[in-house]
Amino acid sequence: MAGTIVEFDRVGLRYGTGAEVLRDLDFRLGEGGFYFLTGPSGAGKTSLLKLLYLAQRPTRGRMTLFGEELAHAPRDAMPAFRRRIGVVFQDFRLIRHLSAFDNVALPLRIAGKSEEEIEGPVREMLAWVGLADRASARPPTLSGGEQQRVAIARAVIAHPDLIIADEPTGNVDAAMAERILHLLTAMNRLGTTVIVATHDVGLIAATPAAQLIRLEKGVLVDPTGALRHPPRQPGAGRAAP
Amino acid sequence: MNNPLFVTDAERRMIPPSGVRGPVPVLIAIMTFVMVVVGAAGLALSNTASVVKSGVENRYSIQIADGAAKAPAAAAAARAQPGVVRVAQVPPEDLRRTLERWLGPAGQEADLPLPAIIDVDLKPGTDPGAVGKAVERAVPGARFISHRTSLEPLLKALRGLTLLALGLVLMIALASAAAVVLAARGALDTHRGTIEVMHGIGATDDQVARLFVRQIAIDALAGGVVGAAAAGTVIALILGGASTATMLAGTPPIGWNDLLWLVALPLAIALLATQVARGALLKALRERL
Repeated sequence: MAGTIVEFDRVGLRYGTGAEVLRDLDFRLGEGGFYFLTGPSGAGKTSLLKLLYLAQRPTRGRMTLFGEELAHAPRDAMPAFRRRIGVVFQDFRLIRHLSAFDNVALPLRIAGKSEEEIEGPVREMLAWVGLADRASARPPTLSGGEQQRVAIARAVIAHPDLIIADEPTGNVDAAMAERILHLLTAMNRLGTTVIVATHDVGLIAATPAAQLIRLEKGVLVDPTGALRHPPRQPGAGRAAP
Repeated sequence: MNNPLFVTDAERRMIPPSGVRGPVPVLIAIMTFVMVVVGAAGLALSNTASVVKSGVENRYSIQIADGAAKAPAAAAAARAQPGVVRVAQVPPEDLRRTLERWLGPAGQEADLPLPAIIDVDLKPGTDPGAVGKAVERAVPGARFISHRTSLEPLLKALRGLTLLALGLVLMIALASAAAVVLAARGALDTHRGTIEVMHGIGATDDQVARLFVRQIAIDALAGGVVGAAAAGTVIALILGGASTATMLAGTPPIGWNDLLWLVALPLAIALLATQVARGALLKALRERL
């Protein structure tokens, strides 16, 4: 494994004055790895994803992304790191008044690319997710599956270093789920680290090289210590069943 | 491009165009209307005060309470002083006519004792004290009175009203700024979802803020132009009605320079709205992660 892209050191998270929803998270994710985040509802998966895509800061501990300690990093530093992360939200979070094209183009526009640089890749990506003829459609006119594909296209269009997907196959049929997994594994083969939160056992089974990150009641289940001390090669073993 | 007024078509699409339908342009139009009218009134008052002040700046009166017999001696003493450019006794008939307004026909009675009043104009820079002393030496009991002193209460009132108008203009500007802050925060709340997505994808606060600033600037400018046009119409009607008075006074109450100030007000409001909106947006955005 080339290096560590994510490192959590005794990270805890609480909302307001409530109890900690994540406790003493200690793990490292290798650069170029493929990870599934699993656990029962309420285990803290969404909270962990929020930490990973920098929508939330830990309330304690050290959180290192891309080699930088970000738990206490200045706010102004965040946009540059967020641009290196592609996120597929469970609720898609598409901008309702923008076309599918504009939604997919958003990361490139925010990164300052010109319209000439945007047009080709966005059309290509929309074609790849099977929405070439829906480029000008707005999200409310798209089906759930189509919206999910737009969200996936938006997450990967800027070739991020880290892709975080929350139940990316939750609203699509088996064929599209396979295509999405194929896209994610293809991105992973190109060097992108992928973290997928899912309950889909079939998806996990179809990706034997991936590692599991299992959360239960806000605590990481890592009986072998593989996540705290990752092996040298990706996919060398699963951290938890 | 960092200028918030110049955004690409794609950036423009990020926030649904509400055009000038929201409350901001209406509010700004009303504020600008009031501001321009109050500003025009303030300038007119200031100009009137200047006209009155310059008209009486170097004008004095010699008043002799007990009769016209001593008037020639007082006038001669004044005329002999350096810097005195005009000495003219107010004709007794004029005094009687003035008195008649107060006393009725009794004002015309021959045995009514009349004071003598002599108008004296001095060159600017002349010491009025020296002239007054010379007159009092020649005619003991004669009083040498500055017209400005007599009109000081009026000038003071005009200055006070001018300051009040300026204060009102500033207060309206502050109220406009407060309205823009509220509108900016409202816009952020309305588009919270879009902003969260943009932030999540790596947009900076500046990138988010300028999408809103542009729209607020356009709304403020549109409102400002409408308000200023309405105010201009009202002012033109008032000035048209007052043309006789202005001709008599010899000076229009609002000059071309003043009009430039008034035209600058809506632009200043738009600029203020833009800067205030930007500040408010960035402050509100900084409160988020």
